Amino acid sequence: MTIIEERAANPAAGDDDRPIGYGRIQRKEDPRFVRGKGHYVDDIVLPGMLHGAILRSPVAHARIVSIDTSAALAHPGVVAVITGQDLLGLKLAWAPTLSADVQAVLATDKVRFQGQEVAFVVAEDRYAARDALELIEVDYDVLPPVIDVRKALDPGAPVIRDDIEGRTDNHIFDWEAGDAAETDAVFASADVVVSQEMVYPRVHPAPMETCGAVADFEPIEGALTLYETSQAPHAHRTLFAIVSGIPEHKIRIVSPDIGGGFGNKVGIYPGYILAVVGSIVTGRPVKWMEDRSENLMSTSFARDYIMQGEIAATKDGRILAVRSTVLADHGAFNATAQPSKYPAGFFHIFTGSYDLQAAHCKVTGVYTNKAPGGVAYACSFRVTEAVYLVERLVDMLARKLEMDPAELRLKNLIKPEQFPYKNKTGWEYDSGNYEQALRKSMQMAGYDELRREQQEKRDRGELMGIGISFFTETVGAGPRKHMDIVGLGMADGAELRIHPTGKAVVRISVQSQGQGHETTFAQIVAEELGIPPEDIDVVHGDTDQTPFGLGTYGSRSTPVSGAAVALVARKVREKAKFIAAAMLETRPEDLEWEKGRWFVKGDPSVGKTMAEIAMGAHGTVTLPEGIDGNLDAEVTYDPPNLTFPFGAYICVVDVDPGTGHVTVRRFIAVDDCGTRINPMIIEGQVHGGLTDGVGMALMQFIEFDAEGNNLGGTFMDYLIPTALEVPDWETGFTVTPSPHHPIGAKGIGESATVGSPPAIVNAVVDALAPFGITHMDMPCTPARVWEAMQGRPRPPI
Amino acid sequence: MQIPASFDYVRASTVDDALALLDRHGPESRVVAGGHSLLPMMKLRLARPEWLIDINELYELDYVLRDGNTLRVGAMTRHATLLASPEIFRLFPIVADAERVIADPTVRNRGTIGGSLCQADPAEDLSTVCKVLRAEAVIRGPGGERVLSMDDFHRGAYETAVAHNELLCEVRFPIRPRSGSAYEKVERRVGDWAVVAAGAAISLAADGTMDDVAIGLTAVGVAGTVTEAEDLLRGRHPQEDLFLEAGRLAALASKPIADQRGPIDYKRHLADELTRRVLRRAAARAAEAQEG
Repeated sequence: MTIIEERAANPAAGDDDRPIGYGRIQRKEDPRFVRGKGHYVDDIVLPGMLHGAILRSPVAHARIVSIDTSAALAHPGVVAVITGQDLLGLKLAWAPTLSADVQAVLATDKVRFQGQEVAFVVAEDRYAARDALELIEVDYDVLPPVIDVRKALDPGAPVIRDDIEGRTDNHIFDWEAGDAAETDAVFASADVVVSQEMVYPRVHPAPMETCGAVADFEPIEGALTLYETSQAPHAHRTLFAIVSGIPEHKIRIVSPDIGGGFGNKVGIYPGYILAVVGSIVTGRPVKWMEDRSENLMSTSFARDYIMQGEIAATKDGRILAVRSTVLADHGAFNATAQPSKYPAGFFHIFTGSYDLQAAHCKVTGVYTNKAPGGVAYACSFRVTEAVYLVERLVDMLARKLEMDPAELRLKNLIKPEQFPYKNKTGWEYDSGNYEQALRKSMQMAGYDELRREQQEKRDRGELMGIGISFFTETVGAGPRKHMDIVGLGMADGAELRIHPTGKAVVRISVQSQGQGHETTFAQIVAEELGIPPEDIDVVHGDTDQTPFGLGTYGSRSTPVSGAAVALVARKVREKAKFIAAAMLETRPEDLEWEKGRWFVKGDPSVGKTMAEIAMGAHGTVTLPEGIDGNLDAEVTYDPPNLTFPFGAYICVVDVDPGTGHVTVRRFIAVDDCGTRINPMIIEGQVHGGLTDGVGMALMQFIEFDAEGNNLGGTFMDYLIPTALEVPDWETGFTVTPSPHHPIGAKGIGESATVGSPPAIVNAVVDALAPFGITHMDMPCTPARVWEAMQGRPRPPI
Repeated sequence: MQIPASFDYVRASTVDDALALLDRHGPESRVVAGGHSLLPMMKLRLARPEWLIDINELYELDYVLRDGNTLRVGAMTRHATLLASPEIFRLFPIVADAERVIADPTVRNRGTIGGSLCQADPAEDLSTVCKVLRAEAVIRGPGGERVLSMDDFHRGAYETAVAHNELLCEVRFPIRPRSGSAYEKVERRVGDWAVVAAGAAISLAADGTMDDVAIGLTAVGVAGTVTEAEDLLRGRHPQEDLFLEAGRLAALASKPIADQRGPIDYKRHLADELTRRVLRRAAARAAEAQEG
């Protein structure tokens, strides 16, 4: 089932102003944000609270000879200075990562990346804490670092992780998907093969709010309250219990308003643990809030994949197979956040949106002397890298075959009747109508006219490029039988209570970092129960207030938690039927539902609204046997499959032939995220993701020099695009509901970040076609574009 | 939050007051105007002044005045004021060109011309603009006032002739008839430092030949203006082949370093490309001024 809708010229036209359910309503959380009344971790002030600051390594690789903290301890206002040696005694010097590795909380033996945590100062105020950092004397015996990932596995390379017994190299894992022999056979008989090495450079999520925590350990009860910037408070609680030994029922994690996450706030950083240790040691609450450079230099980066990709096709443009080998830089500790069985995330969806005969990929993960992380920045667990690879390969194939890239895609897209579609690496795509989405984006763009304009400009020596990407994501992880994070199944809970007056509160296990959960989830309940969204409170982020679940990342909130919320509302609706029947003195099977009320079949005038039923449930009505006197319910949703949002993007760029400067002139984004709950929130997510895409494609790169110095440690060096670098986004959509999802929703949070970089790079490469360029790596900065125009494009690393 | 090292702060009310405070607090004191360069450097602890002397209340230095054939601009004039001034746009379109690409509106609302010149960042735009317009800097100190050419004002990267107990008070731009000027910058993103930028000013004689030409380059290690190219153009009619040669000479004169913004050959190329572009535009504007 597919529904096509055009966005009305006036976005408000045709929309119900106050829909009871789905529709374009303003975000319920925005009044507090636009008035500056959001309440973030750094706004939290507790009585007697101390402030922590972290001393970080200035070098990438060194043995710690000694640490002298005496001068820092003597500094006015300093209460405690904690080093790795102190943590060894508490068995907290090392903490498990989300990828079956360990990470140093404070370095004990060596430092392994520039910016690594070395000591923690706790002081009466943040100024004293910061000043005292300069008084700590650390004697480093500098070691040769491993910075060039291509040399990380060389036989003579320095061994970074000599803390792991028996470790003699920097190899972390090899992982593969698909059938190598079958793929090689298809390649061997193919008419055309295109190969290209592509680098997806290291980038950083750079949320507006950096990471931080306020830890409050109460020694008499042995209870810990931890306010932290977390995308996954429940998972954090369990992990803190395991790591710290504090019983889980004594731990409360609160993730208040969060200023953006993008995957940056999934993992547990040393700073959070140090705040807790600081509170335990001093007996007072401790706040730790990192600064911008700490965030950019030490917290989860994203990407850093060197991908060798190949695509095979017949000479008339039938794509047969893809294969890829990837070298993945995981930094000094393997701390990526992803389902346990998938060390390369969901990279194996690199088969894209095409009907292929074979596919195979192999990913090798290695250690380097760089910050740890790897899965972050709105990437849907490496779908970003996968989509970039296949969409660039398809464009290169089109060039080789002298076919229009749109035509080549149209010829090879999976057809609507092929869904559910099993790809060659183990995914089952739930639903799709790809051709329709691509044709719609082409129509919105005026594709043929753009190609004519491009030809005219080329004749005049002007450089205009048109880039297409068609992406399919796999999001909403995931089925418990396949997916867990450190043993926790990736399910999510929801609890719904209808108060006696018919107002409601829904408690969810996922947490918003700006996605609009307080609105979207209220709308889901509203749609199911007919209670206006403004009468429904959405509670999230506090483990004492919400049911267990794995949190917000990988576009999973709506696919997983959204399903839980719809199901819990349906459970309440069903219960309401029995109560209404009691109130109406009839049988439940004689009742019929219309949005907001149960009524007697054949006599619509006789019925009970949800508010009346709620009062009845809590009132004096004699309830049927087995029906409790409330209108509450709870569920935990285990998704049967992932969901597969898709989209067709077209980007138009102009390149200044004299300077190499790229201007994104137009960007057309047609997204299909299944059922659309709040179109305005969806558009906001798309606009943000497209802007991210411009950042990655044109300007962003966490670069290191040969010594391992991070060259992207401030916003002066790591560039975030602004409104001045982006065009007026042109969004459109189709609606192909997910057949297995209770409301057919697929998730939208990362679509634009995933889909836009290849569209932009394809457009840049297309603009440079007159120079014979078939590929250039991101970021397409003016200098790098100019180098490509000189016939010497080079990888960024 | 990045936290600077400890410092004291005092607000000056007049130029005399500011000079007295500078004198009292000595070389470890710094004046702060817009603060968009100094404060980030302090937060990164690259700058650690003991005293900050806030001159934002020196309204006496916030003016744009025409005085005969001189345009006098107070050192505390904000970028936004310069950008919004029709008089400046008419007389010195290069200032508007440059101001449009200086940082972003937020910075332009606070940053000042005096702050930009005194910061003397090698990638700073107004330094090039002032050199090209042959502006003069008016500096006041305990010994009174002195007026310096921009070449004498600039002493290299982050260094100027302003002593610790002096204050840049005014920038004077000579107004020339039949003149045109232009500025163009390549940057990775709005608000980033220039990869390279170039500025040019051309004054035409009555016969249409160029009686003065100035060419300046930003962020490529050129201290003054590109005299070799200026000498080539002076006395000639504006024409494309001359501009091509001027561009080549500008590239030769430039001494860029490789960094994240680009390699040396690219920056040299930009010096060439942008010089040609600004010469063309300055010449066209001068021709318009001549006709007008």
